[in-house]
Amino acid sequence: MALPTLLNTRSPLADAATQRATLAALPLARTFEDSLADALHADGISVLQINVGKRCNQACRHCHVDAGPDRTEVMPPDVVDACLRFLDSTDIPTLDITGGAPELHPQFREIVRRARAAGRHVIDRCNLTITRLPNYADLPEFLAEHEVEVIASLPSFASRQTDAQRGEGVFEDSIAALRRFNEVGYGVEGSGLVLNLVTNPVGAFLPASQQALEADWKRELQRRHGISFNRLYTITNMPISRFLQFLADSGNLQAYMEKLVAAFNPATIGGLMCRYTLSVGWDGRLYDCDFNQMIDLGTAAGFPATIFEAEVAALGHRRIVIGPHCFGCTAGAGSSCGGVTVT
Amino acid sequence: MDTYYHPKDLARFGDMGKEAPELWQKFSEWYGAVFKEGALSEREKALIALAVAHAVQCPYCIDAYTSASLEKGSTPEQMTEAVHVAAAIRGGASLVHGVQMRNRVDKLSM
Repeated sequence: MALPTLLNTRSPLADAATQRATLAALPLARTFEDSLADALHADGISVLQINVGKRCNQACRHCHVDAGPDRTEVMPPDVVDACLRFLDSTDIPTLDITGGAPELHPQFREIVRRARAAGRHVIDRCNLTITRLPNYADLPEFLAEHEVEVIASLPSFASRQTDAQRGEGVFEDSIAALRRFNEVGYGVEGSGLVLNLVTNPVGAFLPASQQALEADWKRELQRRHGISFNRLYTITNMPISRFLQFLADSGNLQAYMEKLVAAFNPATIGGLMCRYTLSVGWDGRLYDCDFNQMIDLGTAAGFPATIFEAEVAALGHRRIVIGPHCFGCTAGAGSSCGGVTVT
Repeated sequence: MDTYYHPKDLARFGDMGKEAPELWQKFSEWYGAVFKEGALSEREKALIALAVAHAVQCPYCIDAYTSASLEKGSTPEQMTEAVHVAAAIRGGASLVHGVQMRNRVDKLSM
């Protein structure tokens, strides 16, 4: 049973402005701006990340999207078309499809086919359990046929932690889904089909060393469940949306933000994903990253604001919009949609 | 509520260097080196520290090494087993002294 979304429970933190105000009101040792030696700018665009909607069959406790079964936001066909036309007009090599559960989008397979036909690398950010639903059981075969990279979420190789974050029964379904992905060749050496896992800490603490954890996970998932995968990405929980609600409810918000600020690592700046990603919202608005998207921080004033007016020349070196949440991507070894940014 | 242990005091650990900076410096360097990856991983060292924290019943250390163990990738199941190891050694240490008791009983008894 999925947890209710913040929107559904009418939490004040369902509102982006309230989230920004909550973070801005915290007394921190320094601002993110003060932590930077220079203003942050994009350094080209190598990933177009499209968030095709907030519908999801799960409602995880840490979700920065506040996605869930009761959400209705879905990228309309004209925005989908504009994204794909923009991609065609550029040499951006990677299309990263996220959500919600992106596979629930009625045009998901069309998006994959068109992007692959245009020769682009495609990433599907998959919650795994979607493949256990009727009508979606053939997703592993479809994704394999189109050689889509699968980045799948699994917080822990232990069931209790996984279910605590993602909902009762999610671990069992996720393991069954991973077995199916392995059966079609994903994560199997020599197949060329890439299955990467993403783990977020199950609570108000920073992720472990990605390198050390990957070795543990490979050993444990193989030993316990006979599952193999390619890479493990560790991602820091962002103080946004449902994780922000958890932090506030559990009395951890101030301490967690202080921990992020104290762990600021200037070496992470060069690899920040906002520097090479352009993020598109379900309604076509442009953002520097999926996190800015969820707290309604659009591209900086003076730069294209929607996919309908997007041009690489205008956006490739845009000024990045920042806030206190950015400390989440610069703590320790850094954090991005591709895991740590400093090795 | 007044108490001998205040959670915020953990952040003031460095105050112990105020009267003896050279000793604090030596302790800090040694402490840092101890917890670096070596023949044991950082995760294993944090688990050992967590177990010892329970054995010596230091609330500051329990807080610090609970966080450290989670952040090094240990699961609550692994951490609970580590605490059981500490408890077993404490319990066993008491019990094994029973042999000394028995030795004395033997010496004194007919």
